[in-house]
Amino acid sequence: MLTLDQVSVRIGRATLLDGLSLAVEPGRVLAIVGPNGAGKTTALRLLAGEMRPTEGAVHLDRSPLASLDTNALAQRRAVLPQKSALAFGFTALDVVLLGRTPHRSTHRDNRLAAARAMERAGVHHLASRRYPTLSGGEQQRVHLARTLAQLDGGDATAGADRYLLLDEPTSALDLAHQHTVLGVARQQAAAGVGVLTVLHDLNLAAQYADRIAVLAEGALVAIGSAEAVLTPAVIQQAFGISVLVMQNPCASCPLVVPMPGDGGDGVTDSVPVLDPPSEGEPPH
Amino acid sequence: MSSSARPIEDHGPRTSGARVERDGGAHADGVPAGDGHAGSLPRQPDAEDAFAGADAHSRRVRWVLGGFAGLLVVGSLTATATGAVDISPAQTVAVLLGVLGVSVPDTVLGVDLTVTGQQEAVLLAIRLPRVLLGMVVGAGLAVAGAVLQGLFRNALADPGLIGVSSGASLGAAVAIIVGLATALGPAGIALFAFGGGLATTLIVYRIATRRGRTSVTTMLLAGIAVNALCGAAVGSLVLFADDGQLRDLTFWTLGSLGGASWSTVGVTVIFVGLALAITPWLARSLDAMLLGEAEAAHLGIRTERVKAVCVSLAALAVAAATAAAGLVGFVGLVAPHIVRLSIGPGHRALLPGAALSGAALVVVADLFSRVILDPIEVPIGIVTALSGAPFFLWLLLRERPESFA
Repeated sequence: MLTLDQVSVRIGRATLLDGLSLAVEPGRVLAIVGPNGAGKTTALRLLAGEMRPTEGAVHLDRSPLASLDTNALAQRRAVLPQKSALAFGFTALDVVLLGRTPHRSTHRDNRLAAARAMERAGVHHLASRRYPTLSGGEQQRVHLARTLAQLDGGDATAGADRYLLLDEPTSALDLAHQHTVLGVARQQAAAGVGVLTVLHDLNLAAQYADRIAVLAEGALVAIGSAEAVLTPAVIQQAFGISVLVMQNPCASCPLVVPMPGDGGDGVTDSVPVLDPPSEGEPPH
Repeated sequence: MSSSARPIEDHGPRTSGARVERDGGAHADGVPAGDGHAGSLPRQPDAEDAFAGADAHSRRVRWVLGGFAGLLVVGSLTATATGAVDISPAQTVAVLLGVLGVSVPDTVLGVDLTVTGQQEAVLLAIRLPRVLLGMVVGAGLAVAGAVLQGLFRNALADPGLIGVSSGASLGAAVAIIVGLATALGPAGIALFAFGGGLATTLIVYRIATRRGRTSVTTMLLAGIAVNALCGAAVGSLVLFADDGQLRDLTFWTLGSLGGASWSTVGVTVIFVGLALAITPWLARSLDAMLLGEAEAAHLGIRTERVKAVCVSLAALAVAAATAAAGLVGFVGLVAPHIVRLSIGPGHRALLPGAALSGAALVVVADLFSRVILDPIEVPIGIVTALSGAPFFLWLLLRERPESFA
């Protein structure tokens, strides 16, 4: 279990997180949702070991994250960043093979792991393309394949739980690929990986997450199943916008339909809600 | 990408698939099957088939590295055979074999291989150390450039960015103008240049490091400022220089392998060799660093250590090369770039490739510097700048601006 225990992060006078506790459980998908500046990415960066909390602690199986060997940790935990600055002409396959960096497996095993990962992420056909020539969405899925290759087997990970941390994995993707990527996240969870994903789209969270954590102003507003958490009251409190919550006609989960302007805070109503968008809060 | 009807049709099974699995049920293989791309692909392509391109690439790497090695050998033999005293390449090879303890007959296939004592002396005391020093200087500058380009994630970074070249200039200027060179000779200039290069890099590195974390961006900017300060200091010293000192300093900044001796080669090869010896360990770390520092750390790379090692390695190699040969510009920038253009950015092949190409470039440039205005020797820095600067401009014009980010 990968946990945040009462963590606070302060930079200067700004409080990014305030006494947050969260647990990423093996085999389950946890989604973090919340308005901009709620501390979602900060929480993910703490769990990734990228930064340390001002107060509180981050633990992996009861060991402080900072005490673990970075290479051993890298065999168990992969992170998909929102954006990567890679400007060099690696092929997509090279990029995915970078995911094998922490492993001491043979070249052949690495390639097979990369092939499996690219197949799962739907980028197998891009293997020999130069990374800088790919579209933003293709690049994002190549990095997803890289994280999958990173978590692929190896003796060192046998028996140990693995974790996949996704920072807004759908932000650069079209509708179909948003579902592909979250489908991959679910497959990983089915294989025992603990998945944490930061999401903006409440309906994607409702469809794919086992649990949803709603953050606002660095603190937890609510956590639990989609049915328990995605209520008009919670969303009003976190996002300051009125919503209708109905049954999703296609899946057994809630469907959140925003009603901008209806009691919302600072949202002007210029568009009549005749045909409610099924995407919930549009990605930024 | 997908037709407008497709997602709606797929929506039901996809989402319910996700829900089934979430409730602890079946494996949701159906989820990615809805993907617009995956649908048009064979489900189980043969991995080895699809990855044949990677094998072609490793063949290409062998050819390119072999090509640079060949260029280095041919260039070195030509350079050793060229000069005021006439020595044929065959005689050169014969002398080299003789040095290695191989007994050579006087004639092979009718070619006369006998050498006079003068020819042998020129070869062993002047030409050979000069060519070897060229190799070492070129390899050192190019590997330092390749490493720093990886560290700065910028294919057009120059080793001078970390202040080492300007610091070495300042050191040389102090030695020449304050008069220490007259007391210590050329070794004094080299010593001061080496010390100056390392000291400035240390200052730049310390400025960029706070609470155990080094900011590569701060290092870049601090390097610019420190370079300017060193330039100003050299300029101030020049005010107090006499004509002879001015001439010495000017020629030093234009670079030359003319001071090559076995002892210069011996000292330089220690530092450059040390730098080269670390590079295999650095290759995978630098590859990962190209993704970004945070991403490299996620992949298990100890990024702070990698940065410290890279900067030390580059500073040692460039300071030693500069101390031995003065400022030889553009090699550290251009040599790794040529290799990257031909075999891609992977450091496992790039670092040895840069060493080979840098060595070949400097040996060939030195050969040109000796022959184009014979008997006048053109400073090697002029040759490398004359060939390197237009090449650099060509790179700037052909590459898209985004790729510099």
